[in-house]
Amino acid sequence: MLQPRLATNRWLQLSAVGAFGFLAVWTTAALSGLTSRDFLPTPWDVLQRFVHLAREPFSGATLGMHLLSSLQRFGMGFGLAALVGVPLGLLMARFRWLDRLVTPAFEAVRFVAPIAWVPFAALWFGTGIGGPVLIIFMGAFPPVLINTYRGARQVDLKYIEAAQMLGASHWRAMTQVMLPATVPSIVAGLRISAGLGWQSLVGAELIVASSGVGYLMVKGQAAISTATVMSGMLAIGVVGVIIDAALRRVQHTIETRRGL
Amino acid sequence: MAIIRFEHVDRVFHQNGQDFTALKDINLEVKDREFVAIVGPSGCGKTTCMRMAAGLEHPTGGTVSVDGVVVRAPGPDRAVVFQQFALFPWKTVWDNVEFGLLSLGIAEAERRRRIEHYIGLMGLHGYERAYPHQLSGGMQQRVAIARAYVLDPKVLLMDEPFGALDAQTRVVMQEELVRLARQHPRTVLFITHAVEEAVYLADRIVVMSRRPGTLREILDVKSARQAERWDEIERIEDVMDQPSFVHLRTHVWKLLREQQAPGDTH
Repeated sequence: MLQPRLATNRWLQLSAVGAFGFLAVWTTAALSGLTSRDFLPTPWDVLQRFVHLAREPFSGATLGMHLLSSLQRFGMGFGLAALVGVPLGLLMARFRWLDRLVTPAFEAVRFVAPIAWVPFAALWFGTGIGGPVLIIFMGAFPPVLINTYRGARQVDLKYIEAAQMLGASHWRAMTQVMLPATVPSIVAGLRISAGLGWQSLVGAELIVASSGVGYLMVKGQAAISTATVMSGMLAIGVVGVIIDAALRRVQHTIETRRGL
Repeated sequence: MAIIRFEHVDRVFHQNGQDFTALKDINLEVKDREFVAIVGPSGCGKTTCMRMAAGLEHPTGGTVSVDGVVVRAPGPDRAVVFQQFALFPWKTVWDNVEFGLLSLGIAEAERRRRIEHYIGLMGLHGYERAYPHQLSGGMQQRVAIARAYVLDPKVLLMDEPFGALDAQTRVVMQEELVRLARQHPRTVLFITHAVEEAVYLADRIVVMSRRPGTLREILDVKSARQAERWDEIERIEDVMDQPSFVHLRTHVWKLLREQQAPGDTH
């Protein structure tokens, strides 16, 4: 372990000090009079605005409705990434020719940041659902593919040999042995994918959507309401943490069941 | 009639542009329902012999056949018990044992009957829903043996199956395997480096030379066992006291010692 271990309550204390320190610096800066409070609201102002947005519609919907719309897009982009990435990663690990076929194109495309797909998505899909889904997909796809592929390549040969010896067909060896043996890597990849997908979503919505948290933030910017923009950021952060916690839970359950 | 036959089997490995002869002109016939143990110094290629019978490796010369059919790929007619168990950690004991039966397309009722029989025989009752990591090494190897036996294979191939177990568990498993072999006689090829284990379990012992592996000598244990009625002796330590056991063990040890490289400390 690189860092010495800390007692749990000491750890909590330090976390609390860090969080309060951040809020204190923010509040001091906001109240110092160096900038207008319209440009840098206090944490309390943001929280009030957040609660207000949750109750009253802004740009056509409440914050909850905007979030729901964002989550739908995220679900589609992330789901598509998992649906393509997991089987493709497994097949690439199994068939060398497919690996050789896909890898060069994949390696080139994955360095185009999700946000760099925005103009292309706008040209192709306009303000339709396809644009944000494409951008989220581009963010979420690489980690799940890479993790599945690497995980499948590292499956202990003894499991494959046991499956062959037990008469498993190629299909059963793939679905009953390769896939479950790779599941811990896949879930780890999905966690990274979900994070990157959720980050990309907002970038997508800033430009091509007509609802969602990103859209709400753009409208807040147009109305010169920093508190609205920051409320959007707060919502993104909170939902991101919840998504990650849920997937970490799944990961933990799987690892416990296998005695890892 | 399950016969494993090695005919002029060679195995050459290519490594860094050089050829290494691992096995040279192996000729061996394991008869129907015979238990043959192969012993030899480490690196002599005994595991390679088993893996070729399993179809997990292939000879570079000669042929390995089972029932007259040349072995080309692994299959459930040649069940393997691996040293490292190789149980599927994401499946329960029951599902591990059932895996091969599903490959064979055996009907549900028959699967249930067979699994229950071998789970009972291996003392795994009550552990059907457990995952491998929840079991001790000895229990895991019981699952692996049940998984192999349940297929009703023509031949059983065991690669140092008790090598990863502690000494006491090992003795218990050896006694169980003898019991199992009497209830369900099978053609068995058993790889080990433990001399006592080989003498206790096998009908015949094949002693191999060190690399390049060749057959040094084949010993008949069965006639000594029948003459002294080892089968009626329950405990392994009492069998090990029999004069012919001691004699055979010493003989195998001497053969193995001749095979040790100078300066080889084990």
